[in-house]
Amino acid sequence: MADGGLPAAGVPTVRSARRRLAFDGIGIMVSGVGFGFVYGLTARTDAGFSPIDVMAMSVFVFAGAAQFAAIGYVAAGVPWPVIGILTGLLNARHVLYSAALGPWFRGRSFGERAVAAQVLTDEVFALSLSHFRRLGRFDAFGYWFAGIVIDFIPWFLGTLSGALLGDAIVDPERLGLDVIFAAAMAGLAVGLITSRRELVAAVVGAVVGVAVSLVVSPTLGIIAGGFVGPAAGLLVPASAQDRAPSRNVAPPDRYLMSRTHKEPPPEAEEAP
Amino acid sequence: MTAVYTGLALIMFAFTYPSRAVGLLAPGIDRLPKSALDYLQLVGPAILSALAAVNVMIAVEDGHSVFTVGLPWLSVLACIAFVAWRRNLFIGLAAAVLIAIVGRGLGLG
Repeated sequence: MADGGLPAAGVPTVRSARRRLAFDGIGIMVSGVGFGFVYGLTARTDAGFSPIDVMAMSVFVFAGAAQFAAIGYVAAGVPWPVIGILTGLLNARHVLYSAALGPWFRGRSFGERAVAAQVLTDEVFALSLSHFRRLGRFDAFGYWFAGIVIDFIPWFLGTLSGALLGDAIVDPERLGLDVIFAAAMAGLAVGLITSRRELVAAVVGAVVGVAVSLVVSPTLGIIAGGFVGPAAGLLVPASAQDRAPSRNVAPPDRYLMSRTHKEPPPEAEEAP
Repeated sequence: MTAVYTGLALIMFAFTYPSRAVGLLAPGIDRLPKSALDYLQLVGPAILSALAAVNVMIAVEDGHSVFTVGLPWLSVLACIAFVAWRRNLFIGLAAAVLIAIVGRGLGLG
């Protein structure tokens, strides 16, 4: 996999791209189970959630940071409508995710897009965008695999286990689980960098995110980084993409969005 | 077994789902001008790096954000290096976790 699953021609088959997606998702699955367990445990002990409450949170909200924050809000006695507003602010970054993925879903049914939105998390966005870019087109199986198998099921089972096995003692820091989320986000960002434009967007996004976090709040910092980083990247001439700093061997046109791309020939669908 | 906070889950869903759905359900999102599509192409690297940086460099203490330096920096940098070198996220994550475990075992963080 050192070559990213790319055959000699530089264009991955669907199978190799999906294999890469699954491989990339292993660490995220482990992280989801570990932190889900901690969430379920904390929700029960600190906020008095029942296992049904924990399951409802994981199904309806399905947003780790917002779910963790809600424990603190409930424990502090914050009114529910205020918790709703704070949750909306914390998850506002999903607007950017859905807008970025929207063009890839061109031609898919309204129902599929409506359900797909519910499993759109940080991890699913990163994994599926990388997967689509690798293929140069949308792959429904890849999206649902990332959303359900890699992200939702481990998180749901982890949270339920934590709520049911509340007496267990866990220490995610001792197991190194606390660094997985940040490392996964950074690693996935690196995987998306194929040109100087994207490199600038990533660096500026990180710098602005940290700066705004220090001055205002981490939530707004992440949103600001997501808005300002791409704007800075656009200041770099597009031709710089030809001088990609990464080792990716794929041609730049594979990273265009679906509307600018031809569908692959049928024989490229599945290679033995 | 009670379900006292299931209502809260539904409220949080009502405030979360629209932000997830707007870009996927909005008609014409794929007919945006080229400059807008170029912008959206760059959202991924920008927001993922912001998430990682804020997660590692910022801690909230008594309601205030503070800049922190610690072992997670080394873990994340190792992951970045492995992904850039081998194009393999799993190896990068394994290295990050290993550094965290060993580092804490040595009392570094």
